[in-house]
Amino acid sequence: MTHLYLIAQLAGRAVAIDSDQVESVVDIGEVTQVPLASQHVRGLAALRSRVVTVVDTHTALGLDSSREARRAVITHVDGHHYALLVDALDDVAPFELLPLAGGVALGSAWQRAGRGIVERDGEPILAIDLAALVPGYSAALN
Amino acid sequence: MDDLIQEFIAETRETLEALSGEIVAWEAQPEDRARLDAIFRFVHTVKGSCGFLDLPRLGRLSHAAEDVLAQVREGVRSPDRPLVNAVLAIVDRIGELVEAIDSGTSLPDQGDELLIGALAEGAEEVAQANLPALQRAPARSVRLGVDLLDRMMSGMSDMVLARNELARRLRGGDIDPTIEAALERLSLTVGEMRDTVTRTRMQKIDALFSALPRMVRDTAAGLGKSVLLQVEGSDVELDREMIEMMRDPLVHIVRNSIDHGIESPVERRAAGKRENGRLTVSARQSGNQIIIEISDDGRGIDSEKLIRKLAANGRDETRLRALSERAKLDLVFEPGLSSKDEVSEVSGRGVGMDIVRAAIEQIGGRVDLDSIPGKGLKLAIHVPLTLSIISAIVVGAGGQRFAISRQAIEEIVTDHGEAIRIDTIGGAQVLSVRGRRMPLLNLCEVLGLKRVEHNGPRMISIVNIGEGSYALAADMVLDNEELVIKPASPAVMSTGVYAGQTLPDSGLPMLLLDCAGIAHVAGLDFSRDDDQVQDDDEVADAVTGIPALLFIDLDGARRAVPLAAVDRVEQVEGSSVRFAAGRHRVTIDGRILPLAAQGEIAGRDRLNVLRLKDGANEVSYAIDEALDIITLPEELVPARAPGPIAGVALIDDEQVELLDILWVFDEHADRESEEHAPLCLIAGDRDGWMASFVRPLLETAGYRVATQLSPGETPSVVLSADEAPADLASKAPVVRLRSRRAAAGAGDDSVYRYDRAGLLSALEARMAGKGR
Repeated sequence: MTHLYLIAQLAGRAVAIDSDQVESVVDIGEVTQVPLASQHVRGLAALRSRVVTVVDTHTALGLDSSREARRAVITHVDGHHYALLVDALDDVAPFELLPLAGGVALGSAWQRAGRGIVERDGEPILAIDLAALVPGYSAALN
Repeated sequence: MDDLIQEFIAETRETLEALSGEIVAWEAQPEDRARLDAIFRFVHTVKGSCGFLDLPRLGRLSHAAEDVLAQVREGVRSPDRPLVNAVLAIVDRIGELVEAIDSGTSLPDQGDELLIGALAEGAEEVAQANLPALQRAPARSVRLGVDLLDRMMSGMSDMVLARNELARRLRGGDIDPTIEAALERLSLTVGEMRDTVTRTRMQKIDALFSALPRMVRDTAAGLGKSVLLQVEGSDVELDREMIEMMRDPLVHIVRNSIDHGIESPVERRAAGKRENGRLTVSARQSGNQIIIEISDDGRGIDSEKLIRKLAANGRDETRLRALSERAKLDLVFEPGLSSKDEVSEVSGRGVGMDIVRAAIEQIGGRVDLDSIPGKGLKLAIHVPLTLSIISAIVVGAGGQRFAISRQAIEEIVTDHGEAIRIDTIGGAQVLSVRGRRMPLLNLCEVLGLKRVEHNGPRMISIVNIGEGSYALAADMVLDNEELVIKPASPAVMSTGVYAGQTLPDSGLPMLLLDCAGIAHVAGLDFSRDDDQVQDDDEVADAVTGIPALLFIDLDGARRAVPLAAVDRVEQVEGSSVRFAAGRHRVTIDGRILPLAAQGEIAGRDRLNVLRLKDGANEVSYAIDEALDIITLPEELVPARAPGPIAGVALIDDEQVELLDILWVFDEHADRESEEHAPLCLIAGDRDGWMASFVRPLLETAGYRVATQLSPGETPSVVLSADEAPADLASKAPVVRLRSRRAAAGAGDDSVYRYDRAGLLSALEARMAGKGR
């Protein structure tokens, strides 16, 4: 059974995001810092009349922070809106979700977010759960 | 015309709904004037509306009912049962007719004349009162989904941002004055619009609180209590939805406090409290919550009683007893529990605290209890802040802007101010301002921000977080704004220093600081202050004994009187004292009070008078001079015979006579309500022990006490030292006192004679048993 996925670039790799989790894709403007918050929280940004929490997806995945990323995927988790920064967006297409090949060690942060793989022209792409990258929420899950 | 009829129908329906409770109450108590008035107003309004809406049937019915009610109001007729029933039948018929008009159906009208006929009493002249034009409450409303309102609100915010953007763009170049004027007009309209739209969703909590004073007064009056209500924080604005949801729980809690918490004036005085109970209802914002606190200074929650009650309902008593103190208090939320022995008219409606808690939890809130037995109960309702508008101060720190709730700020000072002193004690900074010393925090340091160099003084806000105050230094104070605060995401809230987020007109999100959270993160600890306060309390408690007023009496003797009985000391002209109607009386504040005295009153130009009050009665007592307030020692040598002196106490190595308040009231008060007090007969009191020791206890508890019955009197309860005389036992319940501590056996229901509480509750229980 196929499902619509958004293919994005994140730290040089492609990831697949379930389109159900994506509310919109935007370019983030000025960000208000949130002192004392975890480093995964880049800050707050205004999206029209809405305030969203901007998540530094790189640090959430245990990578180096990407200061220049501006493009973000807006998702809605538990009554709050989050903007998850991505490097670039490639494509939206239907794919079939496949289980991860046995024995593949993704690394802890990826492991938490990984839900399976989709195949684009023979290239396996990790499907991730955006909610798992949202700080606070993911902490509660684990 | 149709519009008017629709409005009339809606209004009548609404009033009928509101009136239904009144009607029931009036039925039970036809002499209740307030209810009579409410029903009168209703029929009067209906009558008035029918006149110009051309609804003759309704007009005839309401007119007839109005006439009869007017007669009742004038005292021409008494509201007997047939009359009450007839009026209620008409009110019901009005309701039916209104529904019929609304649905366009017809109702046979032969019943109307019967109903009107039922109002008549013999052949009475119907005098139509010429009443002023009716007053209508214009209450037109529509129901809207919250979703729609939310969309409207966010659309409004977008509009404000778009206007700001436009203004910014236009500011850049040379613009046509006409465009500028148009923009100006747009700005104004958008601003007004925003206020209106915001009002659709938000409401001051005052809407919830404004009904309290009346309710508290009525409830307290109905119970023979007197309660002072203090309302704080009415300005807090809340989501309308939340306010509606809070209404019933709040009303219930307040009624509970008055009914179960606050004691009767007599009990309060016996416990050394002010006669007037105190009830404080306050609202404040703390973090991402609104806290509504209801505190009274009543008797608190009796967890022992709760356990007994639950055990009686079949719960495992040992398990209940094993609970922690806190958990025991929480038992009050168990279903099917009324912590009062008797169900009262006010709160005994089968709605327990369990329902209250369920209602609050439904909106994501919680209830905290803080009960000090004998001292009072504090109930805090925490509701999440879904949306609120607060008046905030915007401060700048480290190049960033933050909002602080105005409510938390006591004052703002600059560090260059004259009265300000900043010292470093150990590793901490301390601010002294006008004799107050408090910790000083630097917002930049707390938040880990780099301080931006700027010239000019730092601004220091003194914030109060309930348990204490501290000073918070920021680089500058920028603005003073009304902000719409929304909750921030968990990742932001988990820092513990923010209360929410907001989007001001600048279009750049801003965080609202949680002052209590900042104090916590910075490690400020106010609990030491708390301990100190508590210590003071304990010290005050340790020197128990009753505070008393020491005075020189007219006969030169030094005497004392318990302070709780003294309302005030007043000086009166000698001429205002008269010997009238068999006794000395004094005129004070346009009232005549009985004047008691020991010594010569006549011949003095001026007199000092103690005004003694016991809740219902007031007596004055003439003295020479008030000296001091002292604490009576526990040791008291009782007087040998009942009289104005209760006994002698040693105060500063001097014998001081203690005035017997009970005797003074008994002898001198102008009696009014005494007949209602239950009569307790002391029987079989051979050694006079009961008459001298138990009697004062019973009298303070509100009984009339007699050792012998006057002809025609029946005692409500008999107190007996041994087996009561058989003829009495058949007429009234008997409580027996025993002189041994242990009961004689399982069948022995007597009470140990030094067990005051046991005695009183046994008396109550037996009397209640008889009533059933």
